[in-house]
Amino acid sequence: MVIALIGNQNCGKTTLFNRLTGARQHVGNFPGVTVDAKTGQMKAFPECCVVDLPGIYSLRPYSGEELLTRHFLLQEKPDGIINIADATNIERNLYLTLQVLEMGIPTVLALNMMDEVTGNGGKIDVKGMADMLGVPVVPISAAKNEGIALLAQTMVETAGQKQAPHAISYDAEPIKRCKREIMSFIQPVLKEQATPLSFCVTKLIEQDQEIVDSLHLSAKELEQVESTVARMERQCGLDRNAALAENRYAFIERVCAKNVQKAKQSKEKQRSIRIDRILMNRVLALPLFFLIILTVFWLTFSVIGPIGQAAMEKGIAFLSAAIDQALTAAHVHPILQSLCMEGIFSGVGSVLSFLPIILILFFFLSLLEDSGYMTRIAFVMDKPMRKIGLSGKSIVPLLIGFGCTVPAVMSTRTLPSERDRKMTILLIPYMSCSAKIPIYAMFSAAFFAGGKAFILFEIYLIGILISLVAATVLRRTLYKGEAAEFVMELPNYRIPSMKSVLILMWEKAKDFIMKAFTVIFMASIVIWFLQSFDVHMQLVAQTGDSMLAGVGKFLSPLFRPLGFDRWELATALVTGLTAKETVISTLSVLTGDASLTILFADKIAAFSFLLFTLLYTPCAASFAAIRREFRSFSKAILIALSQCLVAYTVAFVFYHFASLVMMFLA
Amino acid sequence: MTLNELKVGQSAKILSVGAKGALRLRLLDMGLIPKTIVTVRRIAPMGDPIEIDLRGYELSLRISDAKNIIVEAV
Repeated sequence: MVIALIGNQNCGKTTLFNRLTGARQHVGNFPGVTVDAKTGQMKAFPECCVVDLPGIYSLRPYSGEELLTRHFLLQEKPDGIINIADATNIERNLYLTLQVLEMGIPTVLALNMMDEVTGNGGKIDVKGMADMLGVPVVPISAAKNEGIALLAQTMVETAGQKQAPHAISYDAEPIKRCKREIMSFIQPVLKEQATPLSFCVTKLIEQDQEIVDSLHLSAKELEQVESTVARMERQCGLDRNAALAENRYAFIERVCAKNVQKAKQSKEKQRSIRIDRILMNRVLALPLFFLIILTVFWLTFSVIGPIGQAAMEKGIAFLSAAIDQALTAAHVHPILQSLCMEGIFSGVGSVLSFLPIILILFFFLSLLEDSGYMTRIAFVMDKPMRKIGLSGKSIVPLLIGFGCTVPAVMSTRTLPSERDRKMTILLIPYMSCSAKIPIYAMFSAAFFAGGKAFILFEIYLIGILISLVAATVLRRTLYKGEAAEFVMELPNYRIPSMKSVLILMWEKAKDFIMKAFTVIFMASIVIWFLQSFDVHMQLVAQTGDSMLAGVGKFLSPLFRPLGFDRWELATALVTGLTAKETVISTLSVLTGDASLTILFADKIAAFSFLLFTLLYTPCAASFAAIRREFRSFSKAILIALSQCLVAYTVAFVFYHFASLVMMFLA
Repeated sequence: MTLNELKVGQSAKILSVGAKGALRLRLLDMGLIPKTIVTVRRIAPMGDPIEIDLRGYELSLRISDAKNIIVEAV
């Protein structure tokens, strides 16, 4: 049984999803829809699979996410829908509900945050609301884990009995007449189609091109529809879209007047207003934003991260020593021991020690997001972002980009226009992702002792500056025009659900460990193999004679203009195309215990290498994500090449400029 | 008058929503329809966008978009 979870943004959908499914989640691929949605088995009913669909406000094909949800409902035909609504903001949430009901799929309405409603002295007559809407209504609190069992039970029963929502009629007279007439035109046509009737009628009135085309109506039938709608518009005194919206909201107001006793004052809202008085203060808002972001980075990289990292390194060193001893004691063949220790352990281990830092960064990013602060950042940053041709909403994917390019690219789906989406995706890779942290850390330890924080700061800043330049170029060439409108809900601040944050961190940890033991593991073995043997499969005495050296030596002249030409570095950059962590695992395998300093002539060359790694093609996973969003392999290749070109140019210019300056200073 | 002309803290009733295309549909979907009461909450630090309160929740929109919404003060 497949159950779709649908709701507005900020209504606690992810928290409910986590409550329903626990940690047993995975990204499912749905062949009909070109996207991966998160799915999970229901804890109480393992045969039920819950699909977490994006947070949306309407089923109009307005943003990519709304389109996706619609395609999912129409093509995958789930057995049931849990429509979650924020009970503290019931009017606007029910607007989506009314559209969901038109789909004719067994639906249960979950009224979330009921604890807040009752806590503030409000009341909702759940039974009365269920009668008026024609579907079961279950009050819940996802955050407090209340009512979840009943919700699951009700959903499974409703879906099991294939109980579609009871037909409800709430239309004003002119709209009712209009719908009835259109229904009579299309009923014969629809017989062969599975698209729900009342949904089609609404979409015909709204002139929803996709649905209109799918119905294959004749020109005459379309004309009839149009004249019917035109009459309705005259009678309502409103155009079709306003008339339908007003019709829905008028019914919602009736439902609420009858069943909802609003709280006089909401504690949560008062709290939000108080917090915003400081965080959104006209003078303080921007400085506080930068302060908060800098604090996040400072805590991640200088305070909490290193503690975790040191512990992790100790653990790995201990394990590796123990295994080395065991292998020696067991008289394992030296080649096998070399593979284990110099190949796998130094490769995977060097990367694994960065897991704590990456998790902590994701921890903070999800706190910012779940607390509601991210939307405030978008609000404050809208004006400055428009100067580079984007809207404030683009700041969210860009900030997530500091964590990982892949989820950042995916989160651009919330942006309302194709232009904004694509432009943002092209800028995300310049936000230095957390996988590059090991590289910076290792380099600053080797070259810039004492100045680690400064080097990190510089690298991040350069990435941001390059993205500004890129944005300026893009908006004058490929993406002319203006950023999409900025109509965005500012939810109340909420204390993030620790369970959700922990589940997210667990997922990131799983991803990272998976990557460490698949991509990086394989890469480490391949690198070890290539560096230990020559083309005649003979074990080499010096890595300089190995196959790997051959490849690296072939490519290294390419990087001479950037100030570094050692074959080890060229090799590391090539392997870095799979995942950025492999740059470090490769260098660790290749240099062994020797310091990185032997690879570079001077600090300028080392920094040039860092710049190149910052800017060139992120990794295989991000390439795949970009390809998916652009729906074109050749464009993704072009984007990857342009990233290499930017990296090459910047590193080249930096190297020669810095060398010149140094010459003058000396 | 139009929505952008309201001062912070001032409330008004929507008379008509005039924007075009996707923007208009979005405004309607978010509950900005004739007869709705809105209150301006704040203006962003750099002067744009603005935050309004309607139907018990907060919504932000740009001044250029708010110009399309005709209101009367209440």
